[in-house]
Amino acid sequence: MAKGNNRKKLRRTWTEIKRNKACYAMLAPFMIFFIVFTVIPVVMSLPMGFTDFNMAQPPKFVGFSNYTTLFFSDKIFIRSIRVTIVFALLTGPVSYVLCFLLAWLINELPPKLKTIFTLIFYIPSMANVYTVWQLIFSGDINGYLNSFLINLGIITGPIQWLTDGRYVLAVTIIVQMWISLGAGFLALRAGFQNIDRSQYEAAAIEGIQNRWQELIYITIPSMGPQLMFAAVMQIVGSFTAGTVAQNLVGFPSTDYKAHTIMTHAYDYGWVRFEMGYASAICMILFVVMFICSRLISRVLSKYMD
Amino acid sequence: MAQIDTAKLKASNKQAGRKIGGTVGIFLFLTVLGLFMAMPIYLTIVMSVKPVEELFVFPPKLYAVRPTLDNFRDMFAALRQNRVPFSRYVFNSVAVTVSVTVMQCVFSSMAAFVLAKCRFPGSKVINNIIVISLLYQSNVIYIMQYIVMAKLGLIDNPLALILPSIASPMGLFLMRQSISQVPDAVIDAAKVDGAGLFRICWQVVMPNQKPALMTLIIFAFQGAWNIQTGSVVFQEQYKTLPTVVTQAAASGLARAGVAMAAAVFMLIPPVIVFMLAQKNVIETMAHSGIKE
Repeated sequence: MAKGNNRKKLRRTWTEIKRNKACYAMLAPFMIFFIVFTVIPVVMSLPMGFTDFNMAQPPKFVGFSNYTTLFFSDKIFIRSIRVTIVFALLTGPVSYVLCFLLAWLINELPPKLKTIFTLIFYIPSMANVYTVWQLIFSGDINGYLNSFLINLGIITGPIQWLTDGRYVLAVTIIVQMWISLGAGFLALRAGFQNIDRSQYEAAAIEGIQNRWQELIYITIPSMGPQLMFAAVMQIVGSFTAGTVAQNLVGFPSTDYKAHTIMTHAYDYGWVRFEMGYASAICMILFVVMFICSRLISRVLSKYMD
Repeated sequence: MAQIDTAKLKASNKQAGRKIGGTVGIFLFLTVLGLFMAMPIYLTIVMSVKPVEELFVFPPKLYAVRPTLDNFRDMFAALRQNRVPFSRYVFNSVAVTVSVTVMQCVFSSMAAFVLAKCRFPGSKVINNIIVISLLYQSNVIYIMQYIVMAKLGLIDNPLALILPSIASPMGLFLMRQSISQVPDAVIDAAKVDGAGLFRICWQVVMPNQKPALMTLIIFAFQGAWNIQTGSVVFQEQYKTLPTVVTQAAASGLARAGVAMAAAVFMLIPPVIVFMLAQKNVIETMAHSGIKE
């Protein structure tokens, strides 16, 4: 009986598939490349967290030992969790709000200025500028920040911004925020342009009186999809941040003060070649990011289709 | 000049309760923040035209006293020492960038349309996989990607620079989110008129998706332009600009100026594409008339 039901279900699915073959045809070009170069590598990497893998010998299954080591004996990992949480909580929400706020404010300007301001705020994500930040925060009196502060008389001697344990995290956060107006910001800019103008005209008749009311009653509710996109980008950006610290304050940073989970994974993967352990670290990070994105999608769900 | 500007300001203020003072306030706020944001970029440009002896002057100056193009000259001189002519690298980069950008935009748009607007067996699963693959970041993936590419015989093949970048889950997600805002009624109406999915996608939906598509072009171009040959292609005649420019710039702080010149040089094409695309995004605003 159950078997018959299954077969019926299968047949119904099959007719559904045949009915929708145009969909599959349009999906195919993307999916072929996506499966080969993304899905297969991801699936192959999933079980690596349960192995001991040094890239020279084939991976050896070790069960949960990578995870128990991480949580019970890797003190630097525990420290990196703390750094990552501070980092993500500070840069994530702040730059998310900033992305939205700036995209909105720019939208209120005349067209020519829109292009210019969008460029100014987005250009940090396009340029490779670690060298210039190194010169700004340089520890000798030639550093821009040091010489500026000395000239103003705020400090008397140069500060080692990039190596002093008290400052490295703050410096990293500033630079991270500076480059974080990226994909999410541009997507939100595009979203604002996509809103139907007639909605605003209708709203004006119905008694919307100023920019704020317009923002809250019309703009935000019609930007759900873009808000979700920006949120996912922001989660990935703030949790996997590591390159900024590595390029700026050195690797490892003083006292591991700017040592994020991703830096830890980099350390084990590409310095010590313990790929199994590194991939266990990444797995934990993935679980955290996945939960975060689910929570945000629940909050935004009333604005989505 | 001033007259035109006020006319434009007025035109953009047709919406409810716009006061000119508010717009000016926003402009001033953005200018102050913009100056801070643009400072490092400004310094990069200044450094790229500073002669070597000015790099270590105290106090460091915010402008070049005697601007020079020496750093750019040094960079090109270093590039000229390579066995392969400079034009070859330019050709490689342009070929990679154009093919990745075009294919990424065409393939993602079609897939995004289907995933946003059609329900068929597997559509939910695929939608979830896209988001998961965005969130799953692991350095092990690169190794697995390398293994897959080796199995396909792509190592040391110029195709290795193009094929892996075509299907970007981020690009697809962006387009999918944007297309999901198109009312179903529009698509149903087109179906009633007898249009197939392919025609609906390109003639009904995509013409109204200019803002998202232009944004995707910016992302795709920027990503493809910065593709490094790194560990997959070793032959000199297949190397791309970012690889050789980084090589030319990478040697010590004394050559910080050359590194800056390289950064400025590599930034020019993406900025041009950005300006053209953004101009297009902003122009679409006036006539986006999808109605339920």
